[in-house]
Amino acid sequence: MLVEAGHYALALALGLSLIQFIVPLWGARASDPVLMSVAPATGLAVFGCVAFSFLALTIAYVSSDFSVLNVVQNSHSAKPLIYKISGVWGNHEGSMLLWILILTLFGAVVALAKNSIPLRLQANTLAVQAAVTIAFLLFILLTSNPFTRVIPAAAEGQDLNPLLQDPGLAIHPPLLYIGYVGFSISFAFAIAALIDGRIDAVWARIVRPWTLGAWAFLTLGIAMGSYWAYYELGWGGWWFWDPVENASLMPWLAGTALVHSTVVMEKRDALKVWTILLAILTFSLSLLGTFLVRSGVLTSVHSFAVDPERGTFILGILILFIGGSLALFAWRAPMLKQGGLFAPVSREGALVLNNLFLATACATVLIGTLYPLALEVVTGDKISVGEPFFNLTFIPLVLPLLLLLPLGQTLAWKRGNFLGTAQRLYAVFGISILVTIALFAYEHGGPVAAPLGIGLGVYLVLGSLNEIVTRSWSKGTPLSVAWRKAANLPRSTWGTALAHAGVGLTVIGIAATAWGVEGLAAVKVGGSVKAGNYEARLERVVPRIEANFREDAAVFTILRNGQALGTLESMKRLYVTRGMPTTEAGIMTIGLGQVYASLGEVEADGSVGVRLYYKPLVLLIWIGSLIMALGGGISLTDRRLRIGAPVPAKTAPAAPVPAE
Amino acid sequence: MRVILAFLTALVFSATAFAVQPDEVLKDPAMEKRAREISVELRCLVCQNQSIDDSDAQLAKDLRLLVRERLVAGDSDQQVRDFLVQRYGEFVLLKPTFSAHNMLLWLTPALVLILGGIGAYTALRRRPQPAQALDDEEQKALEALLRRDRSAS
Repeated sequence: MLVEAGHYALALALGLSLIQFIVPLWGARASDPVLMSVAPATGLAVFGCVAFSFLALTIAYVSSDFSVLNVVQNSHSAKPLIYKISGVWGNHEGSMLLWILILTLFGAVVALAKNSIPLRLQANTLAVQAAVTIAFLLFILLTSNPFTRVIPAAAEGQDLNPLLQDPGLAIHPPLLYIGYVGFSISFAFAIAALIDGRIDAVWARIVRPWTLGAWAFLTLGIAMGSYWAYYELGWGGWWFWDPVENASLMPWLAGTALVHSTVVMEKRDALKVWTILLAILTFSLSLLGTFLVRSGVLTSVHSFAVDPERGTFILGILILFIGGSLALFAWRAPMLKQGGLFAPVSREGALVLNNLFLATACATVLIGTLYPLALEVVTGDKISVGEPFFNLTFIPLVLPLLLLLPLGQTLAWKRGNFLGTAQRLYAVFGISILVTIALFAYEHGGPVAAPLGIGLGVYLVLGSLNEIVTRSWSKGTPLSVAWRKAANLPRSTWGTALAHAGVGLTVIGIAATAWGVEGLAAVKVGGSVKAGNYEARLERVVPRIEANFREDAAVFTILRNGQALGTLESMKRLYVTRGMPTTEAGIMTIGLGQVYASLGEVEADGSVGVRLYYKPLVLLIWIGSLIMALGGGISLTDRRLRIGAPVPAKTAPAAPVPAE
Repeated sequence: MRVILAFLTALVFSATAFAVQPDEVLKDPAMEKRAREISVELRCLVCQNQSIDDSDAQLAKDLRLLVRERLVAGDSDQQVRDFLVQRYGEFVLLKPTFSAHNMLLWLTPALVLILGGIGAYTALRRRPQPAQALDDEEQKALEALLRRDRSAS
């Protein structure tokens, strides 16, 4: 019964979304505040319906209701509770429902923020949001219904894919979707501005927190996915340039550009047209990512052609929204008035360069992901585009971006002085170069990439923090005064410095992978495998039986130069229901580095293949990403975003902008 | 988004194991190093963008052994690659060739950067520049105008 109610709630949400789409648009055209205020009311109602529907599916999962096809295919009664819940979005139908849930959640938050957004902008924005909701509700109801029943009900479920039964993957999709879908709000605001033909710094101030929030979540989501791949897939890599990863990287790159261009727009009222275009492109890339992942087109063009229903539907959505919004852009953008002027050498100029490089990097990932598909469709030739391609194209684009970052951050608005700016960074240049030279001397003859990359990372970290130092301390200032000054700097300044320092840490982590060592051996109990100074000695193998899997755990003692550091366990599991084996790498964290051991095949003579890695500083890759997201979060708490933009009208004292 | 990757990986992994096995490693470290370098740029044909060096699939193992066999037989790195391309097509290369049908792929980053740069430059140029100091001629003209004004009043 609850399941049918959940299904019905989706249909109801569709009806309400139609109202949310049509009435406010009409109201905005007729300048009728009553009609416009339908938008927030329906926005909340639609969210309520979808949330109920999502809850219904979750209850079906938690109570192991095996009369629901989706539950049968993706759950099992013996599964731990957390994976029963995460099973809801561990499949196509459920993940689309999560997508819509987050979409309507954002709509609801916009609906509640009525005191900080002008009514007209809010009405148009929610109408655009409703259009996206309608398209995806139709998609779910027509092609991907998660509430389909099976008669007779199954006795037991087929279990969730074991690779997904992992805490990292339980929270990865929600984080990623909040980021992905969060850009729909920037998109809706952009389209609303185009419909109205008016855009100003207030618009930028309203849109900025949404963009920043979505960006921070997308950063977390990607980092989480990368760490999951690192420890779960068992070969120690953390990024594969896989089309699925690229699908989330593209909106991230475009979103990063958007976060920066809205700064220019808010502070200087410039780059308006570009910012609008970028908002459209960012969400378009989110849609493209959804299409690539959900249509099966990535596996092969043929599998898409064999079962084209879902793929064609999303492709339709894609063409409708991207084509429609770009057409609207082409028609309306020339009417937008250009604002603030600036000289080429200025903070604005630096941010234009930032956008140029980010956009090009994004285009590079896009062509690398889509070219093989396009080529196969057009000529029938099959090619692969993998890591070597991206190393040759993407990295050269990111390097200048990173080198310019501290300079750009230090330049003055409007008209800057390049030499003066460089002078403020003398100490930073000096220390980074010294670090690089010292590392070269230390490793004598090791990989070139590591010292150079780490030097670059140090330059980024120091360059970002330099901004805080120069703004709060000058020669002769007592430390206590400097400290107070630093604490009183705007939160957005801190956020920027932290996020940029996070980039630096990630760069250091990536560069240090060049120092990683690995060893490989077939060992029996008592035998060991070496990697550099590290050694793993196989102590014993312990069989275990858990609720939904059996495993053999190999217990290793880890030694460094012969000194025991502790033990770690690597597992080979067999998930009983699906009869599917998985490996769980054993990881020991030493400082910021990790010792990583994964098991291979058991040989005929009883020995087992063991691969041992030592990866120095590897944790910095993800710690840096966390700090980037944290920087975004701190920026969100900046006073001017908390207080919100002044709304001319009879408003009550400005209410806080909800920072999602 | 990783979900799909996971599903595919799960499909592909008929037997869980990992990439290079101890018994595959060549005795000569220099040659093994070459084998690894070649392997990193060869695609495991049944995997998602995974190199044969990373992949656990049986096919990847066969390819790794094949690469080593050819190296032992005295092939150069390029000969090994050519051999595999001949057998499996260009699909096996993770780094696409610089041939005519891949030109668009390789040139896009540079084209976007250059066109974007030109676009940004002209868009900024077209806009009025911030006021600049008057040059000598303008200064004279201004003074002349001011003098005329003063004399007229």
